[in-house]
Amino acid sequence: MGDFDFSTITTNWRFLAEGLRYTIQVTFTAMAGGILLGTLLALMRLSALWPLRWFAATYINFFRSVPLVQVILAVYLILPLLLQSLTGRLIPIGADNSAYFTFTIFEAAYYAEIIRSGIQSVPRGQVAAGYALGFTYSQTMRLVVLPQAFRNMLPVLLTQTIVLFQDVSLVYAIGATDFFGAADKITQRDLRPVEMYTTVAVVYFVICFALSRLVKYLQSRIAIIR
Amino acid sequence: MITIDNVSKWYGDFQVLTNCTTRVAKGEVVVVCGPSGSGKSTLIKCVNALEPFQKGSIVVNGTAVEDPKTNLPKLRSHVGMVFQHFELFPHMTITQNLTVAQIKVLGRGKDEAMDKGLKLLDRVGLKAQANKFPGQLSGGQQQRVAIARALAMDPICMLFDEPTSALDPEMINEVLDVMVQLAGEGMTMMCVTHEMGFARKVAHRVIFMDHGAIVEDATKDDFFGKPHSERAQVFLAKILQH
Repeated sequence: MGDFDFSTITTNWRFLAEGLRYTIQVTFTAMAGGILLGTLLALMRLSALWPLRWFAATYINFFRSVPLVQVILAVYLILPLLLQSLTGRLIPIGADNSAYFTFTIFEAAYYAEIIRSGIQSVPRGQVAAGYALGFTYSQTMRLVVLPQAFRNMLPVLLTQTIVLFQDVSLVYAIGATDFFGAADKITQRDLRPVEMYTTVAVVYFVICFALSRLVKYLQSRIAIIR
Repeated sequence: MITIDNVSKWYGDFQVLTNCTTRVAKGEVVVVCGPSGSGKSTLIKCVNALEPFQKGSIVVNGTAVEDPKTNLPKLRSHVGMVFQHFELFPHMTITQNLTVAQIKVLGRGKDEAMDKGLKLLDRVGLKAQANKFPGQLSGGQQQRVAIARALAMDPICMLFDEPTSALDPEMINEVLDVMVQLAGEGMTMMCVTHEMGFARKVAHRVIFMDHGAIVEDATKDDFFGKPHSERAQVFLAKILQH
Protein backbone atom coordinates (compact mmCIF):
# COMPACT_ATOMS: atom_id res chain seq x y z
CA MET A 1 0.00 0.00 0.00
CA GLY A 2 3.00 2.31 0.12
CA ASP A 3 3.12 3.00 -3.58
CA PHE A 4 0.49 5.69 -3.97
CA ASP A 5 1.55 8.11 -6.65
CA PHE A 6 -0.53 11.22 -6.66
CA SER A 7 1.58 12.86 -9.35
CA THR A 8 -1.03 11.61 -11.78
CA ILE A 9 -3.37 14.14 -10.17
CA THR A 10 -0.96 17.03 -9.87
CA THR A 11 0.31 16.81 -13.42
CA ASN A 12 -3.17 16.55 -14.89
CA TRP A 13 -5.09 18.93 -12.67
CA ARG A 14 -5.84 21.34 -15.50
CA PHE A 15 -7.52 18.65 -17.53
CA LEU A 16 -9.51 17.53 -14.48
CA ALA A 17 -10.50 21.09 -13.61
CA GLU A 18 -11.68 21.60 -17.16
CA GLY A 19 -13.86 18.51 -16.80
CA LEU A 20 -15.21 19.71 -13.47
CA ARG A 21 -16.02 23.11 -14.99
CA TYR A 22 -18.01 21.39 -17.72
CA THR A 23 -19.87 19.23 -15.19
CA ILE A 24 -20.81 22.29 -13.15
CA GLN A 25 -21.90 24.20 -16.24
CA VAL A 26 -24.15 21.40 -17.42
CA THR A 27 -25.56 21.06 -13.90
CA PHE A 28 -26.43 24.74 -13.59
CA THR A 29 -27.81 25.02 -17.11
CA ALA A 30 -29.99 21.96 -16.67
CA MET A 31 -31.09 23.12 -13.22
CA ALA A 32 -32.12 26.59 -14.38
CA GLY A 33 -33.66 25.41 -17.64
CA GLY A 34 -35.17 22.33 -16.04
CA ILE A 35 -36.85 24.27 -13.25
CA LEU A 36 -38.21 26.82 -15.71
CA LEU A 37 -39.50 24.18 -18.10
CA GLY A 38 -40.57 22.02 -15.17
CA THR A 39 -42.67 24.83 -13.70
CA LEU A 40 -44.41 25.24 -17.02
CA LEU A 41 -45.02 21.50 -17.26
CA ALA A 42 -46.31 21.37 -13.70
CA LEU A 43 -48.76 24.19 -14.36
CA MET A 44 -49.88 22.44 -17.54
CA ARG A 45 -50.30 19.19 -15.68
CA LEU A 46 -52.54 20.94 -13.15
CA SER A 47 -54.39 22.88 -15.83
CA ALA A 48 -58.14 22.66 -16.35
CA LEU A 49 -57.58 22.18 -20.09
CA TRP A 50 -57.16 18.55 -20.98
CA PRO A 51 -54.81 18.98 -24.00
CA LEU A 52 -52.31 20.74 -21.76
CA ARG A 53 -52.72 18.11 -19.05
CA TRP A 54 -52.32 15.35 -21.58
CA PHE A 55 -49.21 16.87 -23.13
CA ALA A 56 -47.51 17.42 -19.78
CA ALA A 57 -48.37 13.96 -18.49
CA THR A 58 -47.06 12.33 -21.68
CA TYR A 59 -43.85 14.36 -21.59
CA ILE A 60 -43.20 13.63 -17.94
CA ASN A 61 -44.03 9.94 -18.11
CA PHE A 62 -41.99 9.48 -21.26
CA PHE A 63 -38.79 10.92 -19.86
CA ARG A 64 -39.25 9.25 -16.52
CA SER A 65 -39.52 5.81 -18.14
CA VAL A 66 -36.45 6.04 -20.39
CA PRO A 67 -32.89 5.58 -19.09
CA LEU A 68 -30.95 8.83 -19.12
CA VAL A 69 -28.04 7.30 -21.08
CA GLN A 70 -30.39 6.38 -23.85
CA VAL A 71 -31.80 9.90 -24.03
CA ILE A 72 -28.28 11.33 -24.09
CA LEU A 73 -27.41 9.07 -27.01
CA ALA A 74 -30.67 9.61 -28.85
CA VAL A 75 -30.54 13.38 -28.66
CA TYR A 76 -26.90 13.37 -29.73
CA LEU A 77 -27.73 11.29 -32.79
CA ILE A 78 -31.18 12.63 -33.68
CA LEU A 79 -30.99 16.34 -32.90
CA PRO A 80 -28.55 17.15 -35.76
CA LEU A 81 -30.76 15.26 -38.22
CA LEU A 82 -33.82 17.07 -36.94
CA LEU A 83 -32.15 20.45 -37.25
CA GLN A 84 -30.95 19.53 -40.71
CA SER A 85 -34.42 18.64 -41.88
CA LEU A 86 -35.72 21.89 -40.43
CA THR A 87 -33.02 24.23 -41.69
CA GLY A 88 -31.71 22.27 -44.65
CA ARG A 89 -28.16 22.68 -43.38
CA LEU A 90 -26.00 20.32 -41.43
CA ILE A 91 -25.24 21.99 -38.14
CA PRO A 92 -22.60 20.23 -36.11
CA ILE A 93 -23.70 20.53 -32.50
CA GLY A 94 -21.07 18.44 -30.82
CA ALA A 95 -21.33 16.18 -27.82
CA ASP A 96 -20.65 18.97 -25.32
CA ASN A 97 -23.51 21.16 -26.50
CA SER A 98 -25.91 18.29 -27.03
CA ALA A 99 -25.60 17.40 -23.33
CA TYR A 100 -26.79 20.85 -22.19
CA PHE A 101 -29.96 20.34 -24.15
CA THR A 102 -30.50 16.73 -23.12
CA PHE A 103 -30.09 17.33 -19.42
CA THR A 104 -32.40 20.32 -19.50
CA ILE A 105 -35.30 18.50 -21.17
CA PHE A 106 -34.70 15.31 -19.18
CA GLU A 107 -34.44 16.95 -15.77
CA ALA A 108 -37.48 19.10 -16.54
CA ALA A 109 -39.60 15.96 -16.25
CA TYR A 110 -38.30 15.25 -12.75
CA TYR A 111 -38.42 18.87 -11.62
CA ALA A 112 -41.97 19.10 -12.96
CA GLU A 113 -43.17 16.36 -10.63
CA ILE A 114 -41.43 17.97 -7.65
CA ILE A 115 -42.91 21.35 -8.52
CA ARG A 116 -46.35 19.85 -9.02
CA SER A 117 -46.33 18.38 -5.54
CA GLY A 118 -45.00 21.70 -4.24
CA ILE A 119 -47.87 23.58 -5.85
CA GLN A 120 -50.34 21.09 -4.44
CA SER A 121 -48.85 21.56 -0.98
CA VAL A 122 -50.15 25.14 -0.96
CA PRO A 123 -53.64 25.16 0.59
CA ARG A 124 -56.49 25.80 -1.85
CA GLY A 125 -57.70 28.63 0.34
CA GLN A 126 -54.60 30.58 -0.65
CA VAL A 127 -55.64 30.40 -4.29
CA ALA A 128 -59.16 31.49 -3.37
CA ALA A 129 -57.73 34.41 -1.37
CA GLY A 130 -55.64 35.47 -4.34
CA TYR A 131 -58.61 35.36 -6.70
CA ALA A 132 -60.84 37.10 -4.16
CA LEU A 133 -58.44 40.07 -4.12
CA GLY A 134 -58.77 40.37 -7.88
CA PHE A 135 -55.58 38.61 -8.94
CA THR A 136 -55.59 36.91 -12.32
CA TYR A 137 -54.54 33.27 -12.63
CA SER A 138 -50.97 34.22 -13.45
CA GLN A 139 -50.77 36.77 -10.63
CA THR A 140 -52.15 34.21 -8.18
CA MET A 141 -49.49 31.76 -9.29
CA ARG A 142 -46.61 34.24 -9.34
CA LEU A 143 -47.41 36.16 -6.18
CA VAL A 144 -49.14 33.63 -3.97
CA VAL A 145 -48.73 29.99 -4.94
CA LEU A 146 -45.27 29.59 -6.48
CA PRO A 147 -43.35 31.56 -3.82
CA GLN A 148 -44.82 29.29 -1.16
CA ALA A 149 -44.47 26.18 -3.29
CA PHE A 150 -40.78 26.82 -3.96
CA ARG A 151 -40.10 27.35 -0.28
CA ASN A 152 -41.81 24.07 0.50
CA MET A 153 -40.01 22.11 -2.17
CA LEU A 154 -36.57 23.72 -2.06
CA PRO A 155 -34.90 20.80 -0.26
CA VAL A 156 -36.23 18.29 -2.78
CA LEU A 157 -35.34 20.50 -5.73
CA LEU A 158 -31.75 20.82 -4.56
CA THR A 159 -31.52 17.13 -3.78
CA GLN A 160 -32.59 16.46 -7.35
CA THR A 161 -29.88 18.88 -8.47
CA ILE A 162 -27.27 16.92 -6.51
CA VAL A 163 -28.41 13.77 -8.33
CA LEU A 164 -28.19 15.70 -11.60
CA PHE A 165 -24.65 16.79 -10.77
CA GLN A 166 -23.61 13.17 -10.40
CA ASP A 167 -25.57 12.05 -13.45
CA VAL A 168 -23.66 14.39 -15.73
CA SER A 169 -20.96 11.69 -15.69
CA LEU A 170 -23.18 9.74 -18.09
CA VAL A 171 -22.04 11.97 -20.94
CA TYR A 172 -19.22 9.47 -21.36
CA ALA A 173 -21.70 7.69 -23.66
CA ILE A 174 -21.26 10.37 -26.31
CA GLY A 175 -17.62 11.09 -25.61
CA ALA A 176 -18.02 14.47 -23.93
CA THR A 177 -15.45 15.08 -21.23
CA ASP A 178 -16.93 15.90 -17.87
CA PHE A 179 -15.13 15.60 -14.54
CA PHE A 180 -15.47 11.84 -14.27
CA GLY A 181 -14.77 11.41 -17.98
CA ALA A 182 -11.57 13.42 -17.65
CA ALA A 183 -10.43 11.26 -14.75
CA ASP A 184 -11.31 8.15 -16.69
CA LYS A 185 -9.30 9.21 -19.71
CA ILE A 186 -6.21 9.96 -17.61
CA THR A 187 -6.58 6.63 -15.85
CA GLN A 188 -6.60 4.76 -19.14
CA ARG A 189 -3.37 6.48 -20.08
CA ASP A 190 -1.47 6.62 -16.79
CA LEU A 191 -2.83 3.42 -15.28
CA ARG A 192 -3.16 4.85 -11.76
CA PRO A 193 -6.82 3.99 -11.12
CA VAL A 194 -6.69 3.89 -7.32
CA GLU A 195 -5.26 7.38 -6.90
CA MET A 196 -7.43 8.86 -9.60
CA TYR A 197 -10.76 7.34 -8.61
CA THR A 198 -10.13 8.03 -4.92
CA THR A 199 -9.50 11.68 -5.70
CA VAL A 200 -12.57 11.89 -7.91
CA ALA A 201 -14.73 10.29 -5.23
CA VAL A 202 -13.45 12.72 -2.61
CA VAL A 203 -14.15 15.71 -4.85
CA TYR A 204 -17.68 14.48 -5.63
CA PHE A 205 -18.28 13.88 -1.94
CA VAL A 206 -17.03 17.30 -0.85
CA ILE A 207 -19.15 19.12 -3.42
CA CYS A 208 -22.30 17.11 -2.80
CA PHE A 209 -21.89 17.34 0.96
CA ALA A 210 -21.40 21.10 0.74
CA LEU A 211 -24.54 21.34 -1.38
CA SER A 212 -26.58 19.35 1.08
CA ARG A 213 -25.38 21.64 3.90
CA LEU A 214 -26.45 24.56 1.74
CA VAL A 215 -29.90 22.97 1.45
CA LYS A 216 -30.12 22.87 5.24
CA TYR A 217 -28.96 26.46 5.58
CA LEU A 218 -31.36 27.78 2.96
CA GLN A 219 -34.19 25.83 4.51
CA SER A 220 -33.78 27.65 7.79
CA ARG A 221 -33.21 31.00 6.09
CA ILE A 222 -36.31 31.13 3.91
CA ALA A 223 -38.66 28.96 5.89
CA ILE A 224 -42.14 30.41 6.23
CA ILE A 225 -42.96 31.36 9.77
CA ARG A 226 -46.13 29.46 10.66
CA MET B 1 -76.19 45.60 -4.70
CA ILE B 2 -76.26 41.80 -4.78
CA THR B 3 -79.10 39.98 -6.51
CA ILE B 4 -79.15 36.21 -6.31
CA ASP B 5 -81.77 34.81 -8.64
CA ASN B 6 -82.81 31.17 -8.71
CA VAL B 7 -79.27 29.81 -8.31
CA SER B 8 -78.70 26.07 -8.39
CA LYS B 9 -75.43 24.22 -8.23
CA TRP B 10 -74.44 20.58 -8.54
CA TYR B 11 -71.28 18.63 -7.74
CA GLY B 12 -71.78 15.89 -10.30
CA ASP B 13 -75.17 14.45 -9.44
CA PHE B 14 -75.27 15.95 -5.99
CA GLN B 15 -77.22 19.17 -5.75
CA VAL B 16 -75.66 21.60 -3.27
CA LEU B 17 -77.78 24.66 -4.01
CA THR B 18 -81.44 24.59 -4.94
CA ASN B 19 -83.15 27.63 -6.47
CA CYS B 20 -81.64 30.16 -4.09
CA THR B 21 -83.10 33.63 -4.46
CA THR B 22 -82.39 36.68 -2.35
CA ARG B 23 -81.03 40.17 -2.57
CA VAL B 24 -78.81 42.38 -0.51
CA ALA B 25 -79.48 46.09 -0.78
CA LYS B 26 -76.81 48.77 -0.49
CA GLY B 27 -75.89 49.30 3.13
CA GLU B 28 -77.70 46.19 4.24
CA VAL B 29 -76.20 43.60 6.58
CA VAL B 30 -77.47 40.10 5.89
CA VAL B 31 -76.52 37.14 8.04
CA VAL B 32 -76.66 33.69 6.48
CA CYS B 33 -76.97 30.84 8.95
CA GLY B 34 -77.92 27.19 8.96
CA PRO B 35 -76.54 23.78 9.87
CA SER B 36 -73.21 22.66 8.41
CA GLY B 37 -73.47 21.31 4.91
CA SER B 38 -76.48 23.49 4.17
CA GLY B 39 -74.69 25.36 1.39
CA LYS B 40 -74.16 28.73 3.11
CA SER B 41 -70.46 28.96 2.28
CA THR B 42 -71.05 27.69 -1.23
CA LEU B 43 -73.70 30.32 -1.83
CA ILE B 44 -71.53 33.18 -0.59
CA LYS B 45 -68.63 31.95 -2.73
CA CYS B 46 -70.89 32.01 -5.77
CA VAL B 47 -71.31 35.76 -5.27
CA ASN B 48 -67.70 36.50 -6.26
CA ALA B 49 -67.51 33.48 -8.56
CA LEU B 50 -65.04 31.53 -6.47
CA GLU B 51 -67.54 28.73 -7.00
CA PRO B 52 -69.23 28.31 -10.37
CA PHE B 53 -72.94 27.51 -10.53
CA GLN B 54 -74.93 25.84 -13.27
CA LYS B 55 -78.30 27.55 -13.10
CA GLY B 56 -79.62 30.98 -12.25
CA SER B 57 -78.01 34.36 -12.10
CA ILE B 58 -76.11 36.53 -9.64
CA VAL B 59 -75.76 40.22 -10.33
CA VAL B 60 -73.30 42.26 -8.27
CA ASN B 61 -73.55 46.00 -8.71
CA GLY B 62 -74.97 45.58 -12.20
CA THR B 63 -72.52 42.90 -13.34
CA ALA B 64 -73.69 39.36 -14.02
CA VAL B 65 -71.20 37.02 -12.34
CA GLU B 66 -72.02 34.00 -14.52
CA ASP B 67 -71.58 35.91 -17.78
CA PRO B 68 -68.47 34.49 -19.50
CA LYS B 69 -67.66 37.99 -20.73
CA THR B 70 -67.47 39.37 -17.19
CA ASN B 71 -64.02 40.45 -16.12
CA LEU B 72 -63.91 38.42 -12.92
CA PRO B 73 -60.65 39.78 -11.48
CA LYS B 74 -62.05 43.28 -11.84
CA LEU B 75 -65.36 42.32 -10.24
CA ARG B 76 -63.64 40.50 -7.37
CA SER B 77 -61.26 43.38 -6.76
CA HIS B 78 -64.11 45.42 -5.34
CA VAL B 79 -65.94 42.65 -3.55
CA GLY B 80 -64.08 42.08 -0.28
CA MET B 81 -63.95 38.57 1.10
CA VAL B 82 -62.92 37.28 4.50
CA PHE B 83 -62.30 33.57 4.92
CA GLN B 84 -62.75 31.14 7.75
CA HIS B 85 -59.04 30.37 7.87
CA PHE B 86 -57.90 33.98 7.28
CA GLU B 87 -55.79 33.06 4.24
CA LEU B 88 -53.23 35.76 4.76
CA PHE B 89 -50.21 35.11 2.57
CA PRO B 90 -47.74 33.49 4.99
CA HIS B 91 -44.64 34.38 2.98
CA MET B 92 -45.38 38.12 3.11
CA THR B 93 -45.23 40.56 5.99
CA ILE B 94 -48.43 42.14 7.26
CA THR B 95 -47.80 45.32 5.27
CA GLN B 96 -47.05 43.32 2.13
CA ASN B 97 -50.30 41.45 2.65
CA LEU B 98 -52.10 44.76 2.90
CA THR B 99 -50.49 46.39 -0.12
CA VAL B 100 -49.81 43.69 -2.71
CA ALA B 101 -53.28 43.66 -4.26
CA GLN B 102 -53.60 47.45 -4.10
CA ILE B 103 -50.40 47.72 -6.12
CA LYS B 104 -50.84 44.79 -8.50
CA VAL B 105 -54.59 44.95 -9.06
CA LEU B 106 -55.60 48.57 -8.53
CA GLY B 107 -52.32 49.97 -9.82
CA ARG B 108 -51.77 52.20 -6.80
CA GLY B 109 -48.33 53.55 -6.04
CA LYS B 110 -46.27 51.93 -3.26
CA ASP B 111 -46.55 54.94 -0.93
CA GLU B 112 -50.26 55.35 -1.45
CA ALA B 113 -50.86 51.64 -0.86
CA MET B 114 -48.69 51.72 2.25
CA ASP B 115 -50.53 54.75 3.66
CA LYS B 116 -53.87 53.10 3.09
CA GLY B 117 -52.70 49.77 4.50
CA LEU B 118 -51.26 51.29 7.66
CA LYS B 119 -54.33 53.42 8.23
CA LEU B 120 -56.55 50.33 8.08
CA LEU B 121 -54.13 48.35 10.20
CA ASP B 122 -54.37 51.08 12.81
CA ARG B 123 -58.13 50.94 12.55
CA VAL B 124 -58.19 47.24 13.44
CA GLY B 125 -55.77 48.02 16.27
CA LEU B 126 -52.70 46.27 14.93
CA LYS B 127 -50.35 49.02 13.85
CA ALA B 128 -47.56 47.59 16.00
CA GLN B 129 -47.61 44.33 14.03
CA ALA B 130 -46.93 45.91 10.63
CA ASN B 131 -43.60 44.23 10.01
CA LYS B 132 -44.40 40.81 11.39
CA PHE B 133 -45.39 37.75 9.43
CA PRO B 134 -48.90 36.30 9.71
CA GLY B 135 -47.56 33.24 11.52
CA GLN B 136 -46.40 35.46 14.38
CA LEU B 137 -49.92 36.74 15.05
CA SER B 138 -52.80 35.14 16.92
CA GLY B 139 -55.82 33.90 14.99
CA GLY B 140 -57.92 36.89 15.98
CA GLN B 141 -55.18 39.29 14.94
CA GLN B 142 -54.74 37.49 11.62
CA GLN B 143 -58.45 37.73 10.91
CA ARG B 144 -58.45 41.45 11.68
CA VAL B 145 -55.55 41.88 9.25
CA ALA B 146 -57.54 39.89 6.69
CA ILE B 147 -60.45 42.28 7.10
CA ALA B 148 -58.09 45.25 6.72
CA ARG B 149 -56.62 43.62 3.60
CA ALA B 150 -60.07 43.35 2.05
CA LEU B 151 -60.96 46.92 3.05
CA ALA B 152 -57.77 48.25 1.49
CA MET B 153 -59.33 47.52 -1.90
CA ASP B 154 -62.17 49.98 -1.19
CA PRO B 155 -64.80 47.26 -1.64
CA ILE B 156 -68.39 48.09 -2.51
CA CYS B 157 -69.50 45.17 -0.35
CA MET B 158 -67.97 42.59 1.95
CA LEU B 159 -68.48 38.84 2.08
CA PHE B 160 -67.67 37.02 5.31
CA ASP B 161 -67.39 33.25 5.22
CA GLU B 162 -67.57 32.05 8.83
CA PRO B 163 -64.98 34.59 9.94
CA THR B 164 -64.96 33.53 13.59
CA SER B 165 -65.48 29.78 13.48
CA ALA B 166 -61.78 28.94 13.38
CA LEU B 167 -60.99 31.18 16.33
CA ASP B 168 -60.49 30.48 20.00
CA PRO B 169 -63.46 31.79 21.96
CA GLU B 170 -61.59 34.68 23.55
CA MET B 171 -60.61 36.01 20.14
CA ILE B 172 -64.05 35.99 18.59
CA ASN B 173 -65.09 39.31 20.03
CA GLU B 174 -62.13 41.30 18.74
CA VAL B 175 -63.09 40.22 15.22
CA LEU B 176 -66.81 40.78 15.74
CA ASP B 177 -66.08 44.26 17.11
CA VAL B 178 -64.43 45.19 13.83
CA MET B 179 -67.37 43.78 11.89
CA VAL B 180 -69.92 45.60 14.05
CA GLN B 181 -68.03 48.84 13.51
CA LEU B 182 -67.98 48.19 9.78
CA ALA B 183 -71.71 47.53 9.71
CA GLY B 184 -72.25 50.74 11.65
CA GLU B 185 -70.48 52.65 8.90
CA GLY B 186 -73.01 51.42 6.38
CA MET B 187 -70.92 48.75 4.64
CA THR B 188 -72.98 46.29 2.60
CA MET B 189 -72.26 42.93 4.19
CA MET B 190 -73.19 39.32 3.62
CA CYS B 191 -72.00 37.20 6.54
CA VAL B 192 -72.10 33.47 6.92
CA THR B 193 -71.86 33.03 10.67
CA HIS B 194 -73.18 31.20 13.67
CA GLU B 195 -72.76 34.23 15.88
CA MET B 196 -76.40 34.92 16.68
CA GLY B 197 -75.40 37.71 19.03
CA PHE B 198 -73.80 39.47 16.10
CA ALA B 199 -76.89 38.84 13.98
CA ARG B 200 -79.16 40.30 16.66
CA LYS B 201 -76.97 43.33 17.03
CA VAL B 202 -76.27 44.42 13.47
CA ALA B 203 -78.13 42.29 10.94
CA HIS B 204 -81.01 43.78 8.99
CA ARG B 205 -82.02 40.40 7.65
CA VAL B 206 -81.31 36.79 8.41
CA ILE B 207 -81.28 34.03 5.81
CA PHE B 208 -81.63 30.48 7.06
CA MET B 209 -80.46 27.69 4.77
CA ASP B 210 -80.97 23.95 4.92
CA HIS B 211 -80.03 21.27 2.40
CA GLY B 212 -78.93 23.84 -0.17
CA ALA B 213 -82.14 25.84 -0.12
CA ILE B 214 -83.07 29.15 1.44
CA VAL B 215 -85.72 28.11 3.94
CA GLU B 216 -86.22 31.40 5.64
CA ASP B 217 -85.41 34.94 4.53
CA ALA B 218 -86.74 37.35 7.10
CA THR B 219 -86.02 40.57 8.91
CA LYS B 220 -84.00 40.12 12.05
CA ASP B 221 -86.97 40.65 14.36
CA ASP B 222 -89.16 38.22 12.45
CA PHE B 223 -86.44 35.61 12.35
CA PHE B 224 -85.65 35.68 16.05
CA GLY B 225 -89.23 36.42 17.08
CA LYS B 226 -91.32 34.01 15.04
CA PRO B 227 -89.50 31.93 12.43
CA HIS B 228 -91.95 30.46 9.91
CA SER B 229 -90.32 27.16 9.15
CA GLU B 230 -90.12 24.38 11.65
CA ARG B 231 -86.54 23.70 10.58
CA ALA B 232 -85.49 27.22 11.55
CA GLN B 233 -87.35 26.99 14.84
CA VAL B 234 -85.55 23.77 15.72
CA PHE B 235 -82.21 25.26 14.68
CA LEU B 236 -82.74 28.38 16.76
CA ALA B 237 -83.93 26.39 19.75
CA LYS B 238 -80.76 24.29 19.54
CA ILE B 239 -78.23 27.08 19.23
CA LEU B 240 -79.91 29.48 21.59
CA GLN B 241 -80.32 26.91 24.35
CA HIS B 242 -77.39 28.09 26.41
